Amino acid sequence: MIVFDRVNKYYGDFHVLKEINLTIKKGEVVVVIGPSGSGKSTLLRCINRLETISQGSLSINGLNVADKKTDINKLRRNIGMVFQHFHLYPHKTVLENIMLAPRKVLGQSEDEAKKIALKYLDKVGIGDKANSFPSQLSGGQQQRVAIARGLAMGPEIMLFDEPTSALDPEMIGEVLDVMKALAHEGMTMVVVTHEMGFAREVADRIVFMDEGRVLEEATPAEFYANPREERARLFLSRILNH
Amino acid sequence: MLDFSILTENLDMYLLGFKNTIMSSLVALISSLILGVLIAIMRIAPIKPLNWLGTAYVEFIRNIPLLIITFFFFLGLKLSGLYAGTLALTIYTSSFIAEAIRAGILSVPKGQMEAARSSGLTYGQAMRLVILPQAVKIVIPPLGNQFINLVKNSSILAVVAGLDLMYHGDLISSRTFVVFDVYIFVAAFYLILTIPLSFGVGYLEKRLAKSN
Repeated sequence: MIVFDRVNKYYGDFHVLKEINLTIKKGEVVVVIGPSGSGKSTLLRCINRLETISQGSLSINGLNVADKKTDINKLRRNIGMVFQHFHLYPHKTVLENIMLAPRKVLGQSEDEAKKIALKYLDKVGIGDKANSFPSQLSGGQQQRVAIARGLAMGPEIMLFDEPTSALDPEMIGEVLDVMKALAHEGMTMVVVTHEMGFAREVADRIVFMDEGRVLEEATPAEFYANPREERARLFLSRILNH
Repeated sequence: MLDFSILTENLDMYLLGFKNTIMSSLVALISSLILGVLIAIMRIAPIKPLNWLGTAYVEFIRNIPLLIITFFFFLGLKLSGLYAGTLALTIYTSSFIAEAIRAGILSVPKGQMEAARSSGLTYGQAMRLVILPQAVKIVIPPLGNQFINLVKNSSILAVVAGLDLMYHGDLISSRTFVVFDVYIFVAAFYLILTIPLSFGVGYLEKRLAKSN
Protein backbone atom coordinates (compact mmCIF):
# COMPACT_ATOMS: atom_id res chain seq x y z
CA MET A 1 0.00 0.00 0.00
CA ILE A 2 2.78 2.44 0.94
CA VAL A 3 5.98 1.72 -0.95
CA PHE A 4 9.29 3.54 -0.49
CA ASP A 5 11.70 2.59 -3.25
CA ARG A 6 15.28 3.82 -2.80
CA VAL A 7 14.09 7.12 -1.39
CA ASN A 8 16.66 9.81 -0.62
CA LYS A 9 16.08 13.22 0.83
CA TYR A 10 18.45 16.12 1.34
CA TYR A 11 18.11 19.37 3.24
CA GLY A 12 20.79 21.28 1.36
CA ASP A 13 23.92 19.25 2.04
CA PHE A 14 22.36 17.29 4.84
CA HIS A 15 21.37 13.78 3.78
CA VAL A 16 18.26 13.12 5.90
CA LEU A 17 16.94 9.94 4.32
CA LYS A 18 19.30 7.44 2.75
CA GLU A 19 18.18 4.76 0.31
CA ILE A 20 14.95 3.99 2.11
CA ASN A 21 13.21 0.80 0.98
CA LEU A 22 10.08 0.09 2.91
CA THR A 23 6.74 -1.49 2.14
CA ILE A 24 3.74 -1.10 4.37
CA LYS A 25 0.76 -3.32 3.70
CA LYS A 26 -2.90 -2.61 4.23
CA GLY A 27 -3.95 -3.10 7.83
CA GLU A 28 -0.40 -3.21 9.07
CA VAL A 29 0.78 -1.31 12.13
CA VAL A 30 4.36 -0.19 11.64
CA VAL A 31 6.20 1.49 14.47
CA VAL A 32 9.27 3.54 13.57
CA ILE A 33 11.81 3.97 16.35
CA GLY A 34 15.31 5.32 16.58
CA PRO A 35 17.36 8.08 18.15
CA SER A 36 16.53 11.77 17.66
CA GLY A 37 17.57 13.15 14.30
CA SER A 38 17.51 9.74 12.67
CA GLY A 39 14.93 10.83 10.09
CA LYS A 40 11.87 9.08 11.55
CA SER A 41 9.58 12.10 11.43
CA THR A 42 10.86 13.12 8.01
CA LEU A 43 10.10 9.64 6.72
CA LEU A 44 6.57 9.90 8.07
CA ARG A 45 6.04 13.40 6.70
CA CYS A 46 7.07 12.30 3.22
CA ILE A 47 4.10 9.95 3.10
CA ASN A 48 1.58 12.81 2.86
CA ARG A 49 4.06 15.14 1.17
CA LEU A 50 4.51 17.55 4.05
CA GLU A 51 8.10 16.90 2.99
CA THR A 52 9.12 16.18 -0.58
CA ILE A 53 11.56 13.45 -1.46
CA SER A 54 14.71 14.23 -3.44
CA GLN A 55 15.29 10.90 -5.20
CA GLY A 56 13.65 7.52 -5.59
CA SER A 57 9.95 6.83 -5.63
CA LEU A 58 7.23 6.78 -3.05
CA SER A 59 3.79 5.49 -3.93
CA ILE A 60 0.53 4.98 -2.10
CA ASN A 61 -1.96 2.54 -3.60
CA GLY A 62 0.10 2.76 -6.77
CA LEU A 63 -0.13 6.55 -6.89
CA ASN A 64 3.18 8.37 -7.14
CA VAL A 65 3.29 10.83 -4.23
CA ALA A 66 6.10 12.94 -5.66
CA ASP A 67 4.48 13.32 -9.08
CA LYS A 68 3.34 16.90 -9.69
CA LYS A 69 0.30 15.53 -11.51
CA THR A 70 -0.90 13.65 -8.45
CA ASP A 71 -3.73 15.57 -6.79
CA ILE A 72 -2.13 15.93 -3.39
CA ASN A 73 -5.30 17.18 -1.73
CA LYS A 74 -7.15 14.10 -2.88
CA LEU A 75 -4.37 11.86 -1.64
CA ARG A 76 -4.31 13.59 1.73
CA ARG A 77 -8.01 13.00 2.32
CA ASN A 78 -7.14 9.37 2.62
CA ILE A 79 -4.33 9.87 5.12
CA GLY A 80 -4.98 11.12 8.63
CA MET A 81 -2.14 12.75 10.51
CA VAL A 82 -1.62 13.24 14.23
CA PHE A 83 1.16 15.57 15.36
CA GLN A 84 3.29 15.73 18.47
CA HIS A 85 1.86 19.12 19.41
CA PHE A 86 -1.74 18.33 18.35
CA HIS A 87 -2.13 21.44 16.17
CA LEU A 88 -5.81 21.80 16.92
CA TYR A 89 -7.31 25.03 15.60
CA PRO A 90 -7.47 27.26 18.71
CA HIS A 91 -10.21 29.52 17.34
CA LYS A 92 -12.61 26.64 16.73
CA THR A 93 -14.48 24.40 19.14
CA VAL A 94 -13.69 20.69 19.36
CA LEU A 95 -16.66 19.92 17.15
CA GLU A 96 -15.69 22.57 14.58
CA ASN A 97 -12.13 21.28 14.56
CA ILE A 98 -13.36 17.85 13.58
CA MET A 99 -16.02 19.03 11.14
CA LEU A 100 -13.90 21.49 9.15
CA ALA A 101 -12.26 19.14 6.66
CA PRO A 102 -15.27 16.81 6.18
CA ARG A 103 -17.39 19.87 5.43
CA LYS A 104 -14.94 21.72 3.19
CA VAL A 105 -13.10 18.85 1.55
CA LEU A 106 -15.66 16.05 1.39
CA GLY A 107 -18.60 18.45 1.09
CA GLN A 108 -20.57 16.82 3.89
CA SER A 109 -23.66 18.62 5.16
CA GLU A 110 -23.55 20.26 8.57
CA ASP A 111 -25.75 17.56 10.11
CA GLU A 112 -23.86 14.70 8.57
CA ALA A 113 -20.48 16.09 9.60
CA LYS A 114 -21.74 16.71 13.11
CA LYS A 115 -23.08 13.19 13.45
CA ILE A 116 -19.76 11.72 12.32
CA ALA A 117 -17.76 14.08 14.53
CA LEU A 118 -19.79 13.12 17.60
CA LYS A 119 -19.40 9.45 16.76
CA TYR A 120 -15.61 9.73 16.73
CA LEU A 121 -15.55 11.94 19.81
CA ASP A 122 -17.42 9.20 21.65
CA LYS A 123 -15.02 6.69 20.25
CA VAL A 124 -12.04 8.54 21.72
CA GLY A 125 -13.95 8.95 24.95
CA ILE A 126 -14.64 12.69 25.14
CA GLY A 127 -18.11 13.15 23.70
CA ASP A 128 -18.86 15.59 26.49
CA LYS A 129 -16.20 18.06 25.30
CA ALA A 130 -17.76 18.73 21.90
CA ASN A 131 -18.38 22.41 22.54
CA SER A 132 -15.18 23.18 24.44
CA PHE A 133 -12.28 25.08 22.95
CA PRO A 134 -8.94 23.25 22.68
CA SER A 135 -7.39 25.53 25.34
CA GLN A 136 -9.90 24.18 27.86
CA LEU A 137 -8.73 20.58 27.40
CA SER A 138 -5.81 18.66 28.85
CA GLY A 139 -3.02 17.55 26.55
CA GLY A 140 -4.31 14.00 26.45
CA GLN A 141 -7.80 15.17 25.57
CA GLN A 142 -6.45 17.48 22.88
CA GLN A 143 -4.52 14.66 21.31
CA ARG A 144 -7.62 12.44 21.33
CA VAL A 145 -9.52 15.22 19.57
CA ALA A 146 -6.72 15.37 17.01
CA ILE A 147 -7.11 11.62 16.44
CA ALA A 148 -10.87 12.02 16.06
CA ARG A 149 -10.23 14.86 13.61
CA GLY A 150 -8.08 12.56 11.51
CA LEU A 151 -10.56 9.69 11.67
CA ALA A 152 -13.55 11.82 10.69
CA MET A 153 -12.23 11.97 7.13
CA GLY A 154 -12.53 8.20 6.94
CA PRO A 155 -8.90 7.65 5.97
CA GLU A 156 -7.31 4.36 5.04
CA ILE A 157 -4.02 5.33 6.63
CA MET A 158 -3.24 7.10 9.89
CA LEU A 159 0.15 8.66 10.54
CA PHE A 160 1.27 9.40 14.10
CA ASP A 161 4.28 11.66 14.66
CA GLU A 162 5.38 11.14 18.26
CA PRO A 163 1.78 11.47 19.47
CA THR A 164 2.62 11.11 23.16
CA SER A 165 5.95 12.95 23.38
CA ALA A 166 4.41 16.25 24.46
CA LEU A 167 2.09 14.73 27.04
CA ASP A 168 2.27 14.46 30.80
CA PRO A 169 3.09 10.86 31.77
CA GLU A 170 -0.37 10.43 33.26
CA MET A 171 -2.03 11.18 29.94
CA ILE A 172 0.02 8.95 27.72
CA GLY A 173 -2.08 5.90 28.54
CA GLU A 174 -5.38 7.36 27.39
CA VAL A 175 -3.94 8.27 23.99
CA LEU A 176 -2.20 4.94 23.54
CA ASP A 177 -5.45 3.15 24.40
CA VAL A 178 -7.24 4.94 21.57
CA MET A 179 -4.42 4.01 19.21
CA LYS A 180 -4.49 0.39 20.31
CA ALA A 181 -8.22 0.18 19.68
CA LEU A 182 -7.66 1.65 16.24
CA ALA A 183 -4.93 -0.89 15.50
CA HIS A 184 -7.22 -3.76 16.50
CA GLU A 185 -9.84 -2.50 14.08
CA GLY A 186 -7.41 -3.02 11.24
CA MET A 187 -6.40 0.59 10.50
CA THR A 188 -3.16 0.94 8.56
CA MET A 189 -0.94 2.87 10.92
CA VAL A 190 2.56 4.29 10.76
CA VAL A 191 3.66 5.44 14.19
CA VAL A 192 6.81 7.28 15.16
CA THR A 193 7.18 6.88 18.89
CA HIS A 194 9.43 6.25 21.84
CA GLU A 195 6.76 4.19 23.58
CA MET A 196 8.40 0.78 23.63
CA GLY A 197 5.52 -0.88 25.45
CA PHE A 198 3.13 0.23 22.74
CA ALA A 199 5.50 -0.95 20.01
CA ARG A 200 5.91 -4.33 21.61
CA GLU A 201 2.20 -4.83 22.14
CA VAL A 202 0.65 -3.38 19.03
CA ALA A 203 3.18 -3.27 16.20
CA ASP A 204 3.14 -5.83 13.44
CA ARG A 205 6.57 -4.63 12.51
CA ILE A 206 9.24 -2.42 14.00
CA VAL A 207 11.42 -0.27 11.80
CA PHE A 208 14.61 0.92 13.42
CA MET A 209 16.24 4.01 11.92
CA ASP A 210 19.57 5.66 12.55
CA GLU A 211 21.27 8.50 10.68
CA GLY A 212 18.71 8.46 7.89
CA ARG A 213 18.85 4.72 7.19
CA VAL A 214 16.48 1.92 7.98
CA LEU A 215 18.87 -0.34 9.88
CA GLU A 216 16.50 -3.04 10.87
CA GLU A 217 12.98 -4.29 10.21
CA ALA A 218 11.59 -7.02 12.40
CA THR A 219 8.59 -8.20 14.34
CA PRO A 220 8.55 -6.87 17.91
CA ALA A 221 9.30 -10.34 19.27
CA GLU A 222 12.41 -10.69 17.14
CA PHE A 223 13.49 -7.13 17.61
CA TYR A 224 13.30 -7.01 21.38
CA ALA A 225 14.68 -10.48 21.94
CA ASN A 226 17.57 -10.26 19.59
CA PRO A 227 18.24 -7.13 17.54
CA ARG A 228 20.58 -7.93 14.67
CA GLU A 229 22.22 -4.53 14.49
CA GLU A 230 24.69 -3.35 17.09
CA ARG A 231 23.25 0.18 16.91
CA ALA A 232 19.75 -1.13 17.63
CA ARG A 233 21.07 -3.19 20.52
CA LEU A 234 22.73 -0.12 22.00
CA PHE A 235 19.59 1.97 21.52
CA LEU A 236 17.42 -0.62 23.20
CA SER A 237 19.74 -1.09 26.14
CA ARG A 238 19.78 2.66 26.69
CA ILE A 239 16.06 3.17 26.70
CA LEU A 240 14.94 -0.08 28.31
CA ASN A 241 17.40 -0.11 31.20
CA HIS A 242 16.85 3.11 32.99
CA MET B 1 -7.10 81.28 28.30
CA LEU B 2 -8.19 79.94 24.96
CA ASP B 3 -10.11 82.36 22.83
CA PHE B 4 -13.22 80.38 21.91
CA SER B 5 -14.43 83.07 19.59
CA ILE B 6 -11.77 81.81 17.16
CA LEU B 7 -13.62 78.54 17.10
CA THR B 8 -17.13 79.89 16.94
CA GLU B 9 -16.41 82.55 14.34
CA ASN B 10 -14.58 80.13 12.04
CA LEU B 11 -16.65 77.08 12.78
CA ASP B 12 -17.77 76.61 9.18
CA MET B 13 -14.15 76.46 8.04
CA TYR B 14 -13.13 74.12 10.82
CA LEU B 15 -16.04 71.82 10.00
CA LEU B 16 -15.33 71.86 6.28
CA GLY B 17 -11.74 70.87 6.95
CA PHE B 18 -12.84 68.30 9.50
CA LYS B 19 -15.22 66.78 6.97
CA ASN B 20 -12.51 66.57 4.31
CA THR B 21 -10.06 65.04 6.75
CA ILE B 22 -12.63 62.39 7.67
CA MET B 23 -13.38 61.67 4.02
CA SER B 24 -9.75 61.48 3.03
CA SER B 25 -8.84 59.33 6.03
CA LEU B 26 -11.75 56.98 5.54
CA VAL B 27 -11.04 56.44 1.86
CA ALA B 28 -7.32 55.97 2.54
CA LEU B 29 -8.03 53.65 5.47
CA ILE B 30 -10.26 51.29 3.50
CA SER B 31 -8.16 51.28 0.35
CA SER B 32 -4.87 50.91 2.21
CA LEU B 33 -6.32 47.96 4.13
CA ILE B 34 -7.37 46.21 0.93
CA LEU B 35 -4.09 47.04 -0.79
CA GLY B 36 -2.14 46.00 2.31
CA VAL B 37 -3.83 42.59 2.51
CA LEU B 38 -3.10 41.98 -1.17
CA ILE B 39 0.56 42.96 -0.80
CA ALA B 40 0.92 40.81 2.33
CA ILE B 41 -0.49 37.78 0.52
CA MET B 42 1.81 38.49 -2.43
CA ARG B 43 4.77 38.40 -0.07
CA ILE B 44 3.72 35.12 1.54
CA ALA B 45 2.19 33.12 -1.32
CA PRO B 46 4.37 30.26 -2.55
CA ILE B 47 5.06 32.03 -5.86
CA LYS B 48 8.53 33.60 -6.10
CA PRO B 49 7.90 36.46 -8.58
CA LEU B 50 4.95 37.63 -6.47
CA ASN B 51 7.17 37.59 -3.36
CA TRP B 52 9.72 39.79 -5.10
CA LEU B 53 7.10 42.20 -6.35
CA GLY B 54 5.55 42.50 -2.90
CA THR B 55 8.91 42.98 -1.22
CA ALA B 56 9.96 45.61 -3.75
CA TYR B 57 6.72 47.52 -3.20
CA VAL B 58 7.01 47.52 0.58
CA GLU B 59 10.70 48.39 0.72
CA PHE B 60 10.37 51.14 -1.87
CA ILE B 61 7.27 52.82 -0.53
CA ARG B 62 7.91 52.71 3.19
CA ASN B 63 11.43 54.02 2.83
CA ILE B 64 10.61 57.31 1.15
CA PRO B 65 8.93 60.24 2.89
CA LEU B 66 5.18 60.56 2.60
CA LEU B 67 5.68 64.15 1.50
CA ILE B 68 7.61 63.09 -1.58
CA ILE B 69 4.96 60.55 -2.56
CA THR B 70 2.40 63.32 -2.18
CA PHE B 71 4.45 65.68 -4.36
CA PHE B 72 4.73 62.96 -6.95
CA PHE B 73 0.97 62.85 -7.39
CA PHE B 74 0.44 66.58 -6.91
CA LEU B 75 3.28 68.06 -8.94
CA GLY B 76 4.12 65.06 -11.12
CA LEU B 77 0.68 63.82 -12.05
CA LYS B 78 -1.03 67.19 -11.47
CA LEU B 79 -3.81 65.75 -9.34
CA SER B 80 -5.76 68.07 -7.04
CA GLY B 81 -4.39 68.37 -3.51
CA LEU B 82 -7.18 66.32 -1.97
CA TYR B 83 -6.78 63.46 -4.46
CA ALA B 84 -2.99 63.54 -4.50
CA GLY B 85 -2.85 63.53 -0.70
CA THR B 86 -5.39 60.76 -0.26
CA LEU B 87 -3.73 58.61 -2.89
CA ALA B 88 -0.29 59.13 -1.36
CA LEU B 89 -1.66 58.37 2.09
CA THR B 90 -3.22 55.15 0.81
CA ILE B 91 -0.06 53.93 -0.88
CA TYR B 92 2.22 54.95 1.96
CA THR B 93 0.08 53.36 4.69
CA SER B 94 -0.55 50.20 2.69
CA SER B 95 3.13 49.30 2.86
CA PHE B 96 3.05 49.42 6.67
CA ILE B 97 -0.24 47.56 6.82
CA ALA B 98 1.15 44.88 4.53
CA GLU B 99 4.04 44.37 6.93
CA ALA B 100 1.75 44.19 9.96
CA ILE B 101 -0.48 41.63 8.27
CA ARG B 102 2.44 39.60 7.00
CA ALA B 103 3.90 39.49 10.52
CA GLY B 104 0.50 38.40 11.85
CA ILE B 105 0.19 35.57 9.36
CA LEU B 106 3.75 34.42 10.01
CA SER B 107 3.19 34.41 13.75
CA VAL B 108 0.52 31.70 13.43
CA PRO B 109 2.41 28.47 14.22
CA LYS B 110 3.51 26.50 11.17
CA GLY B 111 1.75 23.42 12.49
CA GLN B 112 -1.61 25.05 11.84
CA MET B 113 -1.00 25.15 8.10
CA GLU B 114 0.41 21.62 8.18
CA ALA B 115 -2.60 20.27 10.06
CA ALA B 116 -4.99 22.00 7.69
CA ARG B 117 -3.16 20.91 4.54
CA SER B 118 -2.72 17.33 5.73
CA SER B 119 -6.49 17.08 6.15
CA GLY B 120 -6.90 17.79 2.45
CA LEU B 121 -7.70 21.51 2.51
CA THR B 122 -6.18 23.54 -0.32
CA TYR B 123 -3.67 26.32 0.42
CA GLY B 124 -6.39 28.92 -0.13
CA GLN B 125 -8.88 27.17 2.15
CA ALA B 126 -6.28 26.69 4.86
CA MET B 127 -5.33 30.36 4.63
CA ARG B 128 -8.91 31.57 4.74
CA LEU B 129 -10.38 29.17 7.29
CA VAL B 130 -7.47 28.46 9.61
CA ILE B 131 -4.63 30.98 9.32
CA LEU B 132 -6.29 34.35 8.68
CA PRO B 133 -8.87 34.11 11.50
CA GLN B 134 -6.00 33.56 13.92
CA ALA B 135 -3.82 36.23 12.33
CA VAL B 136 -6.56 38.87 12.63
CA LYS B 137 -6.33 38.82 16.42
CA ILE B 138 -2.60 39.33 16.34
CA VAL B 139 -2.83 42.06 13.71
CA ILE B 140 -5.50 44.26 15.33
CA PRO B 141 -3.17 46.26 17.65
CA PRO B 142 -0.51 47.14 15.04
CA LEU B 143 -3.25 47.82 12.52
CA GLY B 144 -4.87 50.21 14.97
CA ASN B 145 -1.57 52.06 15.28
CA GLN B 146 -1.37 52.38 11.52
CA PHE B 147 -4.91 53.76 11.32
CA ILE B 148 -4.19 56.36 13.98
CA ASN B 149 -1.01 57.34 12.17
CA LEU B 150 -2.98 57.57 8.97
CA VAL B 151 -5.45 60.06 10.42
CA LYS B 152 -2.62 62.23 11.75
CA ASN B 153 -0.58 61.87 8.55
CA SER B 154 -3.56 63.16 6.58
CA SER B 155 -2.40 66.63 7.68
CA ILE B 156 0.09 66.30 4.81
CA LEU B 157 -2.80 67.42 2.62
CA ALA B 158 -2.30 70.95 3.95
CA VAL B 159 1.01 71.16 2.10
CA VAL B 160 -0.66 70.59 -1.27
CA ALA B 161 -3.77 72.67 -0.59
CA GLY B 162 -5.78 69.54 0.12
CA LEU B 163 -8.65 71.38 1.84
CA ASP B 164 -8.30 69.29 4.99
CA LEU B 165 -8.43 70.29 8.64
CA MET B 166 -4.82 71.40 8.83
CA TYR B 167 -5.15 73.41 5.64
CA HIS B 168 -8.14 75.26 7.02
CA GLY B 169 -6.25 75.79 10.27
CA ASP B 170 -3.50 77.49 8.28
CA LEU B 171 -6.09 79.56 6.51
CA ILE B 172 -7.78 80.70 9.72
CA SER B 173 -4.41 81.45 11.27
CA SER B 174 -3.25 83.65 8.41
CA ARG B 175 -6.56 85.43 8.40
CA THR B 176 -6.79 86.13 12.12
CA PHE B 177 -3.06 86.39 12.87
CA VAL B 178 -3.67 84.02 15.78
CA VAL B 179 -1.43 80.97 15.85
CA PHE B 180 -1.59 79.18 19.14
CA ASP B 181 -5.35 79.04 19.72
CA VAL B 182 -6.14 78.17 16.13
CA TYR B 183 -3.95 75.08 16.16
CA ILE B 184 -5.13 74.01 19.60
CA PHE B 185 -8.62 73.73 18.12
CA VAL B 186 -7.21 71.90 15.11
CA ALA B 187 -5.57 69.43 17.47
CA ALA B 188 -8.86 69.01 19.31
CA PHE B 189 -10.58 68.05 16.08
CA TYR B 190 -7.91 65.45 15.37
CA LEU B 191 -8.42 64.05 18.85
CA ILE B 192 -12.14 63.69 18.17
CA LEU B 193 -11.14 61.25 15.46
CA THR B 194 -8.16 59.47 16.97
CA ILE B 195 -9.31 58.91 20.55
CA PRO B 196 -12.44 56.93 19.60
CA LEU B 197 -10.33 55.04 17.04
CA SER B 198 -7.87 54.18 19.77
CA PHE B 199 -10.60 52.97 22.14
CA GLY B 200 -12.35 51.10 19.33
CA VAL B 201 -9.19 49.15 18.59
CA GLY B 202 -8.74 48.39 22.29
CA TYR B 203 -12.30 47.15 22.55
CA LEU B 204 -11.94 44.95 19.47
CA GLU B 205 -8.71 43.54 20.85
CA LYS B 206 -10.40 42.57 24.10
CA ARG B 207 -13.41 41.04 22.41
CA LEU B 208 -11.30 38.92 20.09
CA ALA B 209 -9.04 37.81 22.92
CA LYS B 210 -12.06 36.40 24.75
CA SER B 211 -12.72 33.78 22.09
CA ASN B 212 -9.35 32.21 22.81
